[in-house]
Amino acid sequence: MFPRASSFANQVDGVFWYIVGVSLFFFVGIVAFMIYCAIKYNRKKRPFGSHIEGNVPLEIIWTLVPTLVVLTMFYYGWVGFKDERTVPKDAMVVDVTASMWSWLFEYQNGKQSEILFVPVGKPVRLNMYSQDVIHSFFVPAFRIKEDIVPEMSNYMWFKATETGVFDVFCAEYCGLRHSKMLSKVIVLSQEDFDSLYHNPKALKPEEEEEEGPPPGKALTKVHWCFSCHTTDGSTLVGPSFKGIFGAKRKVMTGDQEREITVDDGYLRKSMLEPNADIVKGTKPLMPSYKTVITEQEMDHMVDYLKTLK
Amino acid sequence: MGMTDTVPAGAHPEISFYEEKGRYGGIFSWIFSTNHKRIGILYFVTMMTFFAVAAVLGVLIRLELIAPGKTIMEAQTYNAIYTLHGVLMIFLFVIPGLPAVFGNFFLPIQIGAKDVSFPAINLLSWWLFLAGGILAVVSLFTKGGPIDTGWTFYAPYSIRTETNVSLAVFGVFLIGLSSILTGLNFLTTIHRLRAPGMTWFRMPLFVWSLYATGWIQVLATPIIGITLLLIIFERFLGIGFFDPTKGGDPLLLQHMFWIYSHPAVYIMILPGMGAISEIIPVFSRRTIFGYKAIAMSSLGIAILGYFVWGHHMFTSGMSVTARVVFSFLTFFVAIPTAIKVFNWISTLYKGSIDLASPMLYALSFIFLFSIGGLTGLVLGALAADVHLQDTYFVVGHFHYVMFGGTGFAFFGALHHWFPKMFGKMFDERAAKLAWGTLFVGFMVLYFPMFALGWHGMPRRYYDYLPQFQSDHVISTVGSWILILGLALMAINLLAALWKGKKAEANPWGGTTLEWQIPSPPPPENFEEIPRVDRGPYEFARETV
Repeated sequence: MFPRASSFANQVDGVFWYIVGVSLFFFVGIVAFMIYCAIKYNRKKRPFGSHIEGNVPLEIIWTLVPTLVVLTMFYYGWVGFKDERTVPKDAMVVDVTASMWSWLFEYQNGKQSEILFVPVGKPVRLNMYSQDVIHSFFVPAFRIKEDIVPEMSNYMWFKATETGVFDVFCAEYCGLRHSKMLSKVIVLSQEDFDSLYHNPKALKPEEEEEEGPPPGKALTKVHWCFSCHTTDGSTLVGPSFKGIFGAKRKVMTGDQEREITVDDGYLRKSMLEPNADIVKGTKPLMPSYKTVITEQEMDHMVDYLKTLK
Repeated sequence: MGMTDTVPAGAHPEISFYEEKGRYGGIFSWIFSTNHKRIGILYFVTMMTFFAVAAVLGVLIRLELIAPGKTIMEAQTYNAIYTLHGVLMIFLFVIPGLPAVFGNFFLPIQIGAKDVSFPAINLLSWWLFLAGGILAVVSLFTKGGPIDTGWTFYAPYSIRTETNVSLAVFGVFLIGLSSILTGLNFLTTIHRLRAPGMTWFRMPLFVWSLYATGWIQVLATPIIGITLLLIIFERFLGIGFFDPTKGGDPLLLQHMFWIYSHPAVYIMILPGMGAISEIIPVFSRRTIFGYKAIAMSSLGIAILGYFVWGHHMFTSGMSVTARVVFSFLTFFVAIPTAIKVFNWISTLYKGSIDLASPMLYALSFIFLFSIGGLTGLVLGALAADVHLQDTYFVVGHFHYVMFGGTGFAFFGALHHWFPKMFGKMFDERAAKLAWGTLFVGFMVLYFPMFALGWHGMPRRYYDYLPQFQSDHVISTVGSWILILGLALMAINLLAALWKGKKAEANPWGGTTLEWQIPSPPPPENFEEIPRVDRGPYEFARETV
C-alpha cells in the first residue's frame, strides 16, 4: 500500500479521487453513448442518417454543467494547496542544499546529513537552495514537491504523520545522474529524534571528524567533487582521485590520444578547462570551475589530491 | 455544391497533379514545386521519416526502462535519446503534422481555391522545415554530442551542459519560422480565396480549426523564436538572461518557453479536432451536431490557450497568487473541449454509422483524448499537481493528448483522405487490424504510466527503484504491440500505393468539396471555381 505519511496526504488523495471519480462518471457516459449509437444506428440497419443540426438548450446545459463541475475541482485543489503554502510558526527549520547530484540537509544546531531526519508530528520547514541547476525535492509518501532554483530561496513544509523511511527523489531533470539523486526521509519519534539531534557524535559535518583535516578535503567536498570522483579507486562519472598524483593517464586532447603524467599543471587545468584533456574512456561532462574556485582554494585542493595514495 | 458534373466531359484532358508537367522533372518537380498538393506530400514524406526515427527512439527508451539499472544504454545516451525523441516528435511531427500535410493538401480544395495565397512562401516553409530537421539531426554528430536537456531546454542546465544545444535549438528556430509562414499563408488563404458562396459558416470545420491554429502560429511562435535565440546568445556570449550567477532568471526561460509552448499544445490538437469533425459526419452520414458550437469552441480554445501557461510551473517557486490564478484559468480551457466532445458524440445520434477504419480512428480519438483531457483536470488542480508534477502521470497525460489525440487524429485523417491524396484504396481489413493493434498497444504502453506517476515515479529517470518495475515492464511490452500496429499500418498503406485498387472520386460519400473532384485531384483542383450554395455537411436524406 502506498503510504500517506504526511498531514497533506489525505487532502491530496481526496482531491485526486474526487476529480478521477467525476471524470470517470463523464467518461463512462461518453463511451457508453458512443457504443450504443454505433450499434443502434449502424449503417446495416439505417442507410440514411437523420438531419439534426443541433439543440440550443443542450449546448447551454453542456456548457454550464462542466463549468460548475470544474470550478469545484479548482476549489478543492486550491484549498489543499493553501495549506501547503502556509507554514506553521512553530515549524522546525532545515536548510536543504541540492547540487548535481546530491542532497545535504543542515539543521539549526549546525548538524548535517545526507539523509533527512525529522520528528513525527512536528511541522518541518525546508529552506531550499541549489548550487547549480534546477532540482526539485519530492517525497511521494508526503504528496509534496517544490523546485529548487539557483539564486531563489524556495521553501516548503510538511508534517510527517507516521514514523518510517520514505523515498526522496529529485523531480526536475538535472543531467547525467538525475535518476541517482535520491535520498530518504527518516521519520523518528520525538524521543529518538531528540537523542540523535543532541548526540554530539551524530550527524556531524564530516570535516570536523578528523583532527586538523587538510583544508583541501573540505573544499573538495564543498565543491561537490565527490559526486563524480571517488577516493577508493572506483570510477563513478569521472576517474577516481585515488593515487592520481604522478599517475600516467591516457587522455584525449581533441581527437588526439596522448599519455601524460598527472602533475600540478594537469590538475589545475582539469578544474579550469575540464574538457581540454579528458581521461580516455570518460565523457566530457564536467563543468568548468573557472568562475567558481579561487587560486588559493585550488592550491589547497591540489595539496589534498596529492595525499590520496 | 455540385460543380464537376456541370463541366462538359472531355473539354480538358483530366490529368492528376502527379502527372502535371512542370518546369522541372524528377525529384526537382517535387522539391521546387509550389503546388500546395505536392508540398503537402513533401511534408508527409519528410515527416513520416522523422516520425519513424522518433518512434524507434521511443521503443529504445522503453526497452532501457524494462529493468532498473543499465539495460541497453548508458545514462548519457538515454538522456540524449529521450531529448531527441521529444524534439523530433513535438517539433517535427505533432506541431506541424496535420496543418502541414492535410492543411496544405485540403485547405484550398475545401474552400474552393486553386492554391494557397502565397505558393512560393509555402515552398519556402517546407525548405525551412527540412533545414531545421536536418540541423537537429546533424547536431547529434557534432562536437559536444547530442543535446541532453529535454525538449523543454530549461536553464541553467541548458546553458551549462557541454552538449551541442545551440545547433539543435537553431534547428527548432527554423522550424518555428516555417510554422509562422504556414500560419500566415493559411490565414490569408481563408480570408481571401474562399469560392463564391463559401461564407464563414459554410466552411468545413477542418478549415475552421486551421483558422484558429493559424492565429496561434502567427502570434505565439515568435515568442519561442526569441527564447531560442536568447538561449544561443546566452551560450555563446554569456550575457546573463537566464543564468542566475550572472543576474539572469531561470524562471524567465520557463515563462517564455510556455507562453509559446502551451498555446502550441493547441496548435497540435486543434487541426486534429478539425479532422475528427470531418470524419464523424461522413461516417455517420448526417450533418454535424452543433456546427457553430464546434467552430466557435476552436476559437475559444485558441484564445483561452494563451492564458494558462503557468500551469506548467505550479512547483517552480512562482508566487502563490500566480499559481492560484493560473489554476483557475486552466479549468476554463476544459469547457470548449468538453463542448466539442459532446457535439461529436451527439453527431452519432440517429446517424447511419459505418465503422470503417477512419471512423474507428475517430472514435478511438474521442476515447483516448477524453482520458488525456480528464487527467489534465487532475493536473490542473493545485494540490494534486504538486504531487504529480514531473512524474510519469504527466508523461501519461501528455501521450494520451498528443498521441492518443493528435496522433490518432493524424492516422484517422490519413485513412480518410488517403484515397483522395493518392488515388488508391487500401485494404480495409488490414487497416482495421492495424488500428486494433495500435489501440491495444497504446493502452498497454501508456495506461500504466498513470499508476507509476501516482506512486511517485519521476519522469526523465534513467534508473528507478525496484517498486516501479512491474508497471515499467507492462509499459515496455505495450511499446512492442504499438510498434507492431504502426508497422502493419505502414505496410498496408504502402501496399495500397503499390497495388491498391483505383479510388473513386468519393469513396466514403463525403459532402465537402474535395470529394467532388477526381482522386487524385487535377493540378489546379477545379476546372472552374465552384459556386457554393449550402453548408458543408448536407447529406442525402431518406425521402419521407
